[in-house]
Amino acid sequence: MSLHINNISKSFKDLKAVKHISLEVKENELFGLIGPDGAGKTTLFRILASLLLPDEGSANVAGFDVIKDYKKLRKNIGYMPGKFSLYQDLTVEENLNFFATIFDTNIEENYDLIKDIYIQIEPFKKRKAGDLSGGMKQKLALSCALIHKPKVLFLDEPTTGVDPVSRKEFWDMLKKLQKKDITIFVSTPYMDEAALCDRIAFINQGEILQVDTPSAIVKNFAKEVINIRTNSIYKSLQVLGKYQYTHSNYPFGESLHYMDSRDDFDPNEIKKHLEDEGIEDVEVQLITPEIEDIFMELSRE
Amino acid sequence: METTIKATNLTKSFGDFTAVDKLNFEVEKGEIFGFLGANGAGKTTAMKMLIGISKPSAGDAVVAGYQVSNQAELVKKNIGYMSQKFALYDDLNIKENIQFFGGIYGLDSKSIEVKYNRVVENLGLQDYAKQLVRSLPLGWKQKLAFSVALLHQPKIVFLDEPTGGVDPVTRRQFWELIYEAANQGTTIFVTTHYMDEAEYCDRISIMVEGEIKALDTPKVLKKEFGVSSLNDVFLKLAR
Ligand SMILES: Nc1ncnc2c1ncn2[C@@H]1O[C@H](COP(=O)(O)OP(=O)(O)OP(=O)(O)O)[C@@H](O)[C@H]1O
Ligand SMILES: [Mg+2]
Repeated sequence: MSLHINNISKSFKDLKAVKHISLEVKENELFGLIGPDGAGKTTLFRILASLLLPDEGSANVAGFDVIKDYKKLRKNIGYMPGKFSLYQDLTVEENLNFFATIFDTNIEENYDLIKDIYIQIEPFKKRKAGDLSGGMKQKLALSCALIHKPKVLFLDEPTTGVDPVSRKEFWDMLKKLQKKDITIFVSTPYMDEAALCDRIAFINQGEILQVDTPSAIVKNFAKEVINIRTNSIYKSLQVLGKYQYTHSNYPFGESLHYMDSRDDFDPNEIKKHLEDEGIEDVEVQLITPEIEDIFMELSRE
Repeated sequence: METTIKATNLTKSFGDFTAVDKLNFEVEKGEIFGFLGANGAGKTTAMKMLIGISKPSAGDAVVAGYQVSNQAELVKKNIGYMSQKFALYDDLNIKENIQFFGGIYGLDSKSIEVKYNRVVENLGLQDYAKQLVRSLPLGWKQKLAFSVALLHQPKIVFLDEPTGGVDPVTRRQFWELIYEAANQGTTIFVTTHYMDEAEYCDRISIMVEGEIKALDTPKVLKKEFGVSSLNDVFLKLAR
């Protein structure tokens, strides 16, 4: 086991941020932590990176206890916090050099680890970090967290602010890092990214609700999801919001996803209802749920 | 149709690097305009010129009826803005933030009180009014920041990645607020890296290395590029 979390809890005054969490993450696993804002993800990250003491429980990362062995632990992990601290007055290259130096390494030694992402900001390596765009800073922060080839990499929402093309490249890179014996523990608000993890844990209000592979989570989801396209998604949402059998309905890009409150129903009934309410070009289709559908459902509870 | 933003050859350079290169576009009143592009394409830099906090190196823009090059103060008074990083004071509570920003926008204390009650009720934040903003989940902060950007009823509101890092549920609630404001005639100028959100815009532009490479409704763009999603349009253009 690369990560062994045993009954960890943490409170801030009267707010219980993390409640009795236990989790195991395997060697070289790409493990995703998924949950709404304020669910306790960052608190858990900080405990695992030895930056915050738990009130109870224990955790072991890459063979090191987060409390007793914190010094060794820090040498062996990489941590990219959601709100990172780059040196804004140092250049891109100086930042990276700085992080390499404190871990007794240099940029050349592990260049192939960071290449895929770093290459995109390398043309600007003489620019001050403070003058980079938001997404470029994110890429630099990731390079800095990786430059010492950690055994375990903690990434707290690493792709926030990263554009769609770079996000894809970023996840291709994570898959490559896995093959180089790096365990990755990552949180993300992007559900398409959650689907790319080996396993994911849903966390809400400090508790783990479910842990499994994305495909098993989808397979075990009990409700049917209907994809609906019409001439006006906005009006359709309003109509379905008042419909007696609606369990939930949410916009999903150019369509909307609908779940019914009955166990058994005919999707064509929904189509007819929308048409009776004056909506045109209605297409309804039963689809395989997406992780995002399941996220929405779990967050309701 | 009334034009609320009109950019003419809007340009910004830093030394010999051109971050924004001769932008020309118009945005209509009440429109939700999605301003997309890869990291470093120049979105934030362009937005800073449009809201009057950075002077164009060349070209100009008329925003809410005023020229950004020489009426920057008037531009600032007539728009709302939510930045990529900073939106509210973390170490003030909800009420103090609204009082502070209401004050900046020149509202009197009576109307600040009215607005405060409306915002808190609208967002269901009654129980959290005395909490420091720092302790609120990100998504709530962003919804609050949006309401604060609308306090002085600006004609246009500029939102720079308002939903970055926000969870799927809260992102949708945020877009409900956007729709509400747009329906009341507020023009929305928004950047996002979420392609499902790009679908919710009336029109979008896609910037590549300082230039606008595509500008139209989501439907037309998908057709033009022969693809089924905006994600694919983006992939085709951005690299
Ligand atoms: N003060 C500055 N000095 C030098 N270069 C700058 C300065 N401000 C911005 N830039 C550069 O201008 C380019 C555009 O940056 P900008 O922040 O506008 O990008 P963006 O489209 O908002 O990207 P993102 O999606 O990552 O937020 C980048 O290459 C950036 O490094
Ligand atoms: Mg930006």
